[in-house]
Amino acid sequence: MPKNSTRLILLAVLSLVFILLYAFYDIKGGFGYAFPRRVIRLSAMVLTGVAIAYATVVFQTITRNRILTPSVMGLDSMYEVVQTLIYFFAGSLSVWVVNKYLNFLTAIAAMILFAILMYRVLFRADKYPVFLLLLIGMVIGTLLGSLVTFLQVLIDPVEYLSLQNRLFANFMTVKKELLYMAAGILVIAFMYGYKMMSKLDVMSLGRENAINLGIDYDRMVLHILILSSVLIATSTALVGPITFFGLIVANLSYQYLITYRHSILIAGASLISIVALVGGQFFVEHIFELRTTLSVIINFVGGIYFIYLLLRESRAMR
Amino acid sequence: MIEIKGLTKIFGQKPVVDGVTVTIEPRTITSFIGPNGAGKSTLLSMVSRLLDADSGEVLLDRKDIRKWKSNEFAKRVSILRQANYINVRLTVRELVSFGRYPYSKGRLTEEDEWFVDQAIDYMNLRDMQDKFLDELSGGQRQRAFIAMVIAQDTEYILLDEPLNNLDMKHSVQIMKILRRLVDEKGKTVVIVLHDINFASVYSDRIVALKDGKLVKVGPTHEVIKTESLREIYDMHIPVQEQDGCRICIYFNSQVNVHA
Repeated sequence: MPKNSTRLILLAVLSLVFILLYAFYDIKGGFGYAFPRRVIRLSAMVLTGVAIAYATVVFQTITRNRILTPSVMGLDSMYEVVQTLIYFFAGSLSVWVVNKYLNFLTAIAAMILFAILMYRVLFRADKYPVFLLLLIGMVIGTLLGSLVTFLQVLIDPVEYLSLQNRLFANFMTVKKELLYMAAGILVIAFMYGYKMMSKLDVMSLGRENAINLGIDYDRMVLHILILSSVLIATSTALVGPITFFGLIVANLSYQYLITYRHSILIAGASLISIVALVGGQFFVEHIFELRTTLSVIINFVGGIYFIYLLLRESRAMR
Repeated sequence: MIEIKGLTKIFGQKPVVDGVTVTIEPRTITSFIGPNGAGKSTLLSMVSRLLDADSGEVLLDRKDIRKWKSNEFAKRVSILRQANYINVRLTVRELVSFGRYPYSKGRLTEEDEWFVDQAIDYMNLRDMQDKFLDELSGGQRQRAFIAMVIAQDTEYILLDEPLNNLDMKHSVQIMKILRRLVDEKGKTVVIVLHDINFASVYSDRIVALKDGKLVKVGPTHEVIKTESLREIYDMHIPVQEQDGCRICIYFNSQVNVHA
């Protein structure tokens, strides 16, 4: 069995291959026109891939559950609510949509505020178990989802079409200016998260063992929930919601790299998501010739993998 | 020294632990005994800061445990609960190495490795140290967790029903090891036990709880007596001496069934 370091190098090489392929394969017309655009899309894919992988792995460690993603807390729905409200009240030609920064920051701010509100004011992580938070998060998510559908029914059909574009993950229309901002937010989140790696390892032993080993567990849970919300909010605002993606890459990483070390698991999950996103987008553009979108493929493959995980977990329970 | 003062925990309306005051003597094995629902595990959880008390306080070296830094506390007191389901794949040695976390923060020094080796040898896990936990039997896994706590090298070791699901041989093995920890290494062990005979044979002091209240506390020979046991368990339990051990013969006792 190859060692974990070998496996990580293999993944890194594979992601590099896809990145180079995506950047240089079959450039028609002017190099100066196509290349910078490809680099923007590539950066968006790498950023979101890493952010989602990171957020999902740490989220699954604190919930001790491998079939949950941060999106069950209703973050994705919050994104849809913000965008729908903007279109409903201000319209697609308002400053809230036309000004990319404003739209981006509003969405992120709303999602993070929502997350903090959920954890801080409504529920206190030290009083209630994480699962109660999740359940209530799901209920609120569903409520927000229904609200969104209601507003969308009332919206002008042309506006709705433009809105719909925003609610599906799309790497083709990423704006360069937003990329810098997202990168900045992610770098800060990563520097903050870097210090917690070894604490996360201990936390995978469960609350009681972690407290025994001197971890301030309940406070850490709150910090990690907020950290993963920031990561998910940023990537969602950048490209739109990708439901199953984090779940797939996190679980593939656990299966491929058998270790408890979060530094390795997160690196693995990040590389797998780069391979999946960049490789997937490459196939979408060059094999399917843009007749489908990456998020459709991700949800299709992700759905199948999710069912596989459910079946396996239920067998393990018995 | 650990002093428990007027400790109370209320779940809903009902006090589960009700104003318990007791001192844990250093270099002893102290057993918490009592019927189901007496509050033994809850008391232990509060002493080990897994659970916040509703009133009262626990002092470690005359300082309230809430005022201790988590990490410093983890170098003085360790706790092992009964249910230890872990969904990460870990080898025995990796688990035991976690015991050094309060000292090394995940980067093991040579000294840490020495403590890990010692703990593994102490629990007779040398030949299975590279096996994954899910490949072990319940008894072996329990020993691996105890080895982690030994590697943590704390003065106080708190254990919540460590004999649960273990057969006689493994139970005796673990109690003997705990005895050695106290006699050879000067540790203080606090343990929740269901089987009063294990408590009687291996512990120095006994703390008996009933309905959340302290009913008896003292050296083992003062508590393991037919009259005291009647107060604790509402049962008539004859006690016989066998090779210097007091054995409670409760299997055929008259049980007063309360409504």
